[in-house]
Amino acid sequence: MKNRFNFGYFIREGFRSIFSHGLMSFAAVCMIVACLLIMGSFSLVAINAERMLSQAEDENEFLAIIDENYTDNQIRQLQEEIRQVPNVASVSFVTREEAKDTYLDDYEDVGLYADIPDEVFRDRFSIHVVDLNQFDQTVAAVRALSGVVNIRAAGELAEGFVTVRNVASAIATALVVILAAVSLFIIANTIRLATFARREEIAIMKMCGATNSFVRWPFVIEGLILGVTGALIAFFAQWGIYTAVYRAVVANGAIGMFPLVGFADIWPPVLGIFLLAGALIGACGSGFAIRKFLQV
Amino acid sequence: MIRLMDVFKEYDNGTKALRGMNLRIDDGEFVFLVGPSGSGKSTIIKLLTAEETATEGRVMVNGYNLNNIRSWQIPYMRRTLGVIFQDFRLIEKKTVRDNLEFVMRIIGASPREMKRRIPYVLDLVGLGDKADVYPNEISGGEQQRVAIARALINNPQMIIADEPTGNLDPQRSLEIMTLLERINSMGTTMLVVTHEKELVNRFSKRVVAIKDGELISDEQGGYYKYEKSV
Repeated sequence: MKNRFNFGYFIREGFRSIFSHGLMSFAAVCMIVACLLIMGSFSLVAINAERMLSQAEDENEFLAIIDENYTDNQIRQLQEEIRQVPNVASVSFVTREEAKDTYLDDYEDVGLYADIPDEVFRDRFSIHVVDLNQFDQTVAAVRALSGVVNIRAAGELAEGFVTVRNVASAIATALVVILAAVSLFIIANTIRLATFARREEIAIMKMCGATNSFVRWPFVIEGLILGVTGALIAFFAQWGIYTAVYRAVVANGAIGMFPLVGFADIWPPVLGIFLLAGALIGACGSGFAIRKFLQV
Repeated sequence: MIRLMDVFKEYDNGTKALRGMNLRIDDGEFVFLVGPSGSGKSTIIKLLTAEETATEGRVMVNGYNLNNIRSWQIPYMRRTLGVIFQDFRLIEKKTVRDNLEFVMRIIGASPREMKRRIPYVLDLVGLGDKADVYPNEISGGEQQRVAIARALINNPQMIIADEPTGNLDPQRSLEIMTLLERINSMGTTMLVVTHEKELVNRFSKRVVAIKDGELISDEQGGYYKYEKSV
């Protein structure tokens, strides 16, 4: 007799089982929704924190003051040398007049500086870095170049950004990993409870010569369906919650200098990750849950 | 075909269920396995269905050596057997037809084969008109017939019936045993574990009697020699 794969049967059985054990199915979906919502909320907070820090990083720069005896040609050559320094993202030339204007803009309330002569200021390069982790090395490399007489850099500020970002990333990663493990455990136990009621059915199948995979497939499909259903519900709930928080933050004008990421910009990856996580948690949870009952 | 050669079975709690059991059942035979409670009958069935393994000795079932059978081979070995239980063990949420259908699906039967085979087997056990009812909608005797149909559906080499009439009245018990005899006459080997003295004596088949894990008699056309113990 040809051994055919009963895919249609497994799907039918998976659906049948969801409805015939409605209460347990409902409990499993609720667990998946709760776990995904918690994980999703933490992840979105982490994404926003990361975005804010990146934005703050982008605005970070240091200044290289140019030897005042340098000619225009030498300045252009020096600019090219700085551009060649590893980790330098951009180099822009700032004349002493521009430097004075910026200075006066920063201190416009202080009339004392209004008549300050241009000669007090020097031509300089404004330099942005790629990776703040290598900020100090980059500053040192630029300082070593001939023609650079001084450096003005807020090294501590850069280090602060790096520390905050690293700590935030570590906390977010740890939380997501822990919550994923907890979710898997809770869902596996929920499905195990559902499976416990059907251990007799599994024993009968095994005694009739069913292989482990024949018994397992309907449960895995059931878990998959529950996981995907939970993921979709969690996604829409996350959308609603995030949008409400977003509106509240915007209305209060909080975090004005760092605008939040709009849900419209991130919904595709959020949906994808939710579906993947829900499907994996559901299918793996079911697979693990029935392992014990297959020992017949 | 069954071979038990010097089989010992000791459970983890120290209970010695079998002590040097030897038994040979050839293809096509009808054998009653009798003995008081605790004599080792259930242990023999568990060994034959690979639910347990022997502590010592050799167990062969339909060409499979169960001493060194690999776990992935066990389902295929079980497909050569049909097992009937005292409490029927039907899946309550499936109709009679579905209870037979899933067993055919296990071996990868096509829808056409199922459509042909299920009505045939249900007719054989006298339940041709009960295909679409659920187990709790039919009597105990009929449920046991469904269990027999399920055991028979994949045309196994051997049927092992563990107290198949234990939950039935005498009239239904006689009907079930007659049905098993009829199936045996069609070529299926039959091993029936029972306490029913009257049935054993009435059918005059080979009777294997065990006590305290040892074989004490093995007679063709034998009689039940022990009172039913409670």
